[in-house]
Amino acid sequence: MRTALTVLRKDLRLELRTLETVPAMALFAVSTFVVFHFGLGRVTIDGQLAAGVLTATLLFAAMLGINRLFVAEREQGGFDAFLLAPVDRTALLIAKAAALFVFLTLLEVVAVPAFALLLLGPSLGPPLPGLIAVLALADLGIAVIGTLVSAIAVHTRARDLIGPLLGLPLLIPALLATARAAGPLLASHATTSPPGKWIAILALYDVVFALLAYAVFDFLLED
Amino acid sequence: MARTPGTRPVADTPAVELRGLTRHFGERTALREVSVRVPAGATLAVLGRNGAGKSTLLRILATLLRPHGGEVSVLGDPLPRRAFAVRGKVGLLAHEPLLYRDLSGRENLLYHARLHAVGRERVDSLLSAVGMERRAQEPVRSLSQGMVQRLAVCRAVLHEPALLLLDEPRANLDPGASELVEPLIGRASRCTRVLTSHDPQSALAEADLVLGLRDGRPQFVGAPGELAGATLKELYA
Repeated sequence: MRTALTVLRKDLRLELRTLETVPAMALFAVSTFVVFHFGLGRVTIDGQLAAGVLTATLLFAAMLGINRLFVAEREQGGFDAFLLAPVDRTALLIAKAAALFVFLTLLEVVAVPAFALLLLGPSLGPPLPGLIAVLALADLGIAVIGTLVSAIAVHTRARDLIGPLLGLPLLIPALLATARAAGPLLASHATTSPPGKWIAILALYDVVFALLAYAVFDFLLED
Repeated sequence: MARTPGTRPVADTPAVELRGLTRHFGERTALREVSVRVPAGATLAVLGRNGAGKSTLLRILATLLRPHGGEVSVLGDPLPRRAFAVRGKVGLLAHEPLLYRDLSGRENLLYHARLHAVGRERVDSLLSAVGMERRAQEPVRSLSQGMVQRLAVCRAVLHEPALLLLDEPRANLDPGASELVEPLIGRASRCTRVLTSHDPQSALAEADLVLGLRDGRPQFVGAPGELAGATLKELYA
């Protein structure tokens, strides 16, 4: 855990210094909401449509972060330096997933209010705690899958293509469960708590992929 | 104790032992049937022209690449089976400095120190030893190549490794800087060293043993004094 915290601290410091990832993700999400605003030809949206637009936009914005997650390690020798250290390699998975989770949270701090302002009809206030819980579970899944996919893609020449090609199909169950869980929260007569079934599916998805990532990550770092 | 004229005595225990080491990259064979035994405390100079397999050999010894054939033992542990036991005991100074460009030199070294469970006093003393204490707060991207190389030397020796793997260790260093890093990566470090250099004469002057590679095949293994001028020319032809 100490090693994971060391790597996480380094990643957050690098992002703070370069601002290469989170601003790009946030700008992409806000631009997409503007495009939807005009493209749908509607002043406001709600319910399942709103949940679908929000979830899909966040997912595509997340792909920007996923593509960049290991770039510094690859281009500046971070992989080699880490592999030379006598530390548990799983620490890199935990640190990178945690960094991506933080990036996604920061993205949502900007994107969700922008979504409410530009597209959402109903007030975001009452269902906000439920929406935060749904997005936190979704972020966990995206962070784990994203880290796994990014670790594979960064070793290829076409990493910008491989990331989405591998990541998006794997993330469809998370997209579906997130949208279904968020739909009732964004409806005109919104409930304040998300449907338990979809929350359970999302949580199960997170657990399964976290275990899978834990099992295979070491092999991805091998020569 | 083995002794080569003009060099300090070295212990008999091998720090590095290769028997028929082979490594491929796809269709290409980067190293073929390389065998050498480096006693603890000795310096092995690996000579050969560009692409001869020198860097590949260093990366295998650093556990970053797996051998595809033969036997490799580093500090008594066979690779790749006990690579985890070797990590942390070797220091690699490669072409890439393995430093993050947007962090300062000090931040980089503190990061590596935490990975290797080394105290920050060691970072301070190394920065001072290579004359970088005043520029240590600046981002690595703003430093000259020579300064980056000095930081890379600090990174490589931070955890006081028993085996130093040095790929062109004095690249970009002026004579003054070379002198500063000498106690850390030179003979005075008292580490077992495997080094490559673009300058064969300087590498030979430091070596107890020489491994000459040509297209991944060993052309010469022996003491520096046994390496004939013609063989040396052949290695770089």
